[in-house]
Amino acid sequence: MHELNQCPIPSFEEFLLWEKGNKGRSGFSFPANDTGDFDIDPDLIGEIPDLTELSEPDVVRHYTRLSQWNFCVDLDMYPLGSCTMKYNPRLNERQAQLKGFTEAHPLLPARYLQGILKLMYDLEAFLREITGMEAVSLQPSAGAQGELTGIMLIDACLRSRGEKRTKFIVPDTAHGTNPASITLCGFVPVNIKSNEKGILSPESVASVMDEDVAGIMMTNPNTLGLYEENIARIAEIIHSKGGMVYCDGANLNALMGIVQMGSLGVDVMHVNLHKTFSSPHGGGGPGSGPVCVKKHLEPFLPVPRIIESDRQYELIYDCPDTIGKIHSFYGNIGVMIRAYCYILSMGPEFLKKASQLAVLNANYIKESLKDVFHLPYDRTCMHECVFTDEKQQHQKVTALDVAKRLIDYGFHPPTVYFPLVVKGALMIEPTETESKETLDRFIEACRQIAREAEENPELLHNAPSQHFRKRIDETFAARNLYLRD
Amino acid sequence: MKDIDELNIPENKRYSDDHEWAGYTGDTIRVGISDYAQDQLGDIVFVELPQVGERFEKAQQFGVVESVKSVSDMLIPLSGEITRINTELEINPALVNESPYENGWMIEVKPDSNDDMENLMDADTYIKMLKGIT
Repeated sequence: MHELNQCPIPSFEEFLLWEKGNKGRSGFSFPANDTGDFDIDPDLIGEIPDLTELSEPDVVRHYTRLSQWNFCVDLDMYPLGSCTMKYNPRLNERQAQLKGFTEAHPLLPARYLQGILKLMYDLEAFLREITGMEAVSLQPSAGAQGELTGIMLIDACLRSRGEKRTKFIVPDTAHGTNPASITLCGFVPVNIKSNEKGILSPESVASVMDEDVAGIMMTNPNTLGLYEENIARIAEIIHSKGGMVYCDGANLNALMGIVQMGSLGVDVMHVNLHKTFSSPHGGGGPGSGPVCVKKHLEPFLPVPRIIESDRQYELIYDCPDTIGKIHSFYGNIGVMIRAYCYILSMGPEFLKKASQLAVLNANYIKESLKDVFHLPYDRTCMHECVFTDEKQQHQKVTALDVAKRLIDYGFHPPTVYFPLVVKGALMIEPTETESKETLDRFIEACRQIAREAEENPELLHNAPSQHFRKRIDETFAARNLYLRD
Repeated sequence: MKDIDELNIPENKRYSDDHEWAGYTGDTIRVGISDYAQDQLGDIVFVELPQVGERFEKAQQFGVVESVKSVSDMLIPLSGEITRINTELEINPALVNESPYENGWMIEVKPDSNDDMENLMDADTYIKMLKGIT
């Protein structure tokens, strides 16, 4: 245990700011009054609010200490499945903090924003090349909004053809946001099951595809971390009945430089710049979910679009078929800058290498742990692998207990209970940025936890026990929501 | 989680393959989720039920049950009209875990016909199905 526990999180209490400080303490001083005294408007006079009085070090230490309670990818491996928590190179941060970017105002006329517009224009071109698609909008602010935008584009295109289709096909391995995007656009989701290999078979798609179905939403690789190898055949089936294929590109990290979704019959897909192209996310941080389309959907893309003529970049709004704006100004520029920097610093060769290593790392973990954790689909995976808690059930140890125990060993827990298609799922995505030593340390921690599950399951039921905050009563918290004071 | 032989699967109820149960209470039929379903879901934190007077066709979604693990749709095991809902669950969703067949019932339905009840599984068949999937 102690040898493994190389990343302890500090065990100290930190009180609320209201419980700190003292009367009259302050972090600044007012300049001398040089205007004379005036009576205050009586309407503005009231009781002084209950504000705590603190010095600068009080505040700095409070937040620094809180930050040390936190876990982040800068501390250790963060193997959260379906989330691609790769290390974020500092180079990206440096570029995003260039004054020309941080001090640009979004209301400046385009002629004063040429640098940012060129970056966006070039980033669109990079994404076209990586995905094999033909046009891009960078506006959506995260994956779910990219999905929604993509389905709105399909809806707008079908309407322009005078078609009113009512249904959309969603596999059981879909992200939860897929049926939500479909429903928001007025379609009814039609669920289909993946086959015994964990992927979609063309037959099951054909059995529900008709002229009333607007299309299919597929995630590739899917949420079991498996490559949907029938995607081209499925796209033919969908197209033959006039539907369209949406690809959820959340898992693009497995395929950069290896597969272009555009060549497999995909009509529209989104990519997550914050995951695949490395910018800090999670905890509600900003994302960016550009939507990439084929030519026939381009007229419907959100405005403004960026065009170039004579090496001058312009924003155009004059697109009669557009679905309109879906984000204020131009989207989350900071994430785009980081992604642009990441793509340029990696280049085609190393983007491909990153995907290869992401797949290799996931398969290394899968093979190293499949004797201690049940592996429901025992075949080569892509960038992530899915185990279950089946082998631990006889000790009443659940996926949640395993995840909580990993905290004691200094790792962020993996995703649990997703995808829903397997019971008690533990979904591990190591990403390409972890070294073999880190992977081995993670594997050893998991194997140790599996041994503990047999010998001393209480250790897992009570985990985490090595940290200041012990097992949180999530049920109590969810049943007794206390949203504001 | 419980082993199959630890589960409470009463013989006086009928079961759907989606793990809802149905049982007669006078003229109407009470519906809830089985002991297996509540055990699999884990601690239930929120239950969303339909309005009295709403009509559903068999296998339509009539409500949502949310646990610390996941959010699941509940599918009605028979066609009919909602005559009562268990409002207690709004305040105390834990009743579904503690007492899935008694205090944790979900809805009462006036069935369109008795055929739907006949087509549901009896306790033995349901237990056999559970053995097949676990």
